[in-house]
Amino acid sequence: MQLARVLGTVVATVKSEGLEGRKLLVIQPLNAALDSAGPPMVAIDSVGAGKGEIVFWCRGREASFPFLPSEVPSDCTIVGIVDSVFLDSRSPN
Amino acid sequence: MILARVVGNIVATQKDQRYEGARIMVVRPANPDGSVAGDELLALDAVDSGVGDLVVVVREGWSASTSSTGSPGAAIDSAIIGIVDTVEDIV
Repeated sequence: MQLARVLGTVVATVKSEGLEGRKLLVIQPLNAALDSAGPPMVAIDSVGAGKGEIVFWCRGREASFPFLPSEVPSDCTIVGIVDSVFLDSRSPN
Repeated sequence: MILARVVGNIVATQKDQRYEGARIMVVRPANPDGSVAGDELLALDAVDSGVGDLVVVVREGWSASTSSTGSPGAAIDSAIIGIVDTVEDIV
């Protein structure tokens, strides 16, 4: 899983049946210092996340599991909204 | 699997129900000598690891889900499955 910031919403009228009713968001993956890490991605929301929030997301086949038994085609799903990040100040750089 | 250093953890009240009761750790990929490189990722803790530990992280869903929650099928892609004592005989 990785941290990300929600940048906005994707609207797509024509889409796979499995995506009907799902919220598609654009997210910017982040490192633990909350700096951008890699290119923005499209994620499906499973927890009610919204623009500006720090979230964490799951990649791969597992990304479709929150929606079971619905078969939602996803390789990137938001699975939590982050309240706080604790980092050890002694952690190496 | 990869070697990684545990550098922190996160707190999330609103999350997938399969994450309830789990510790979500922030880990940074590590080299065999223990130095770190690259961006952090989040992994569920299956072995009571702590900040500063060098650990083994599995990055595959079935393994991560079963090791950290006891059953497969959760939206979990990474888990800490071992705490490294030493890395030896690296050529």
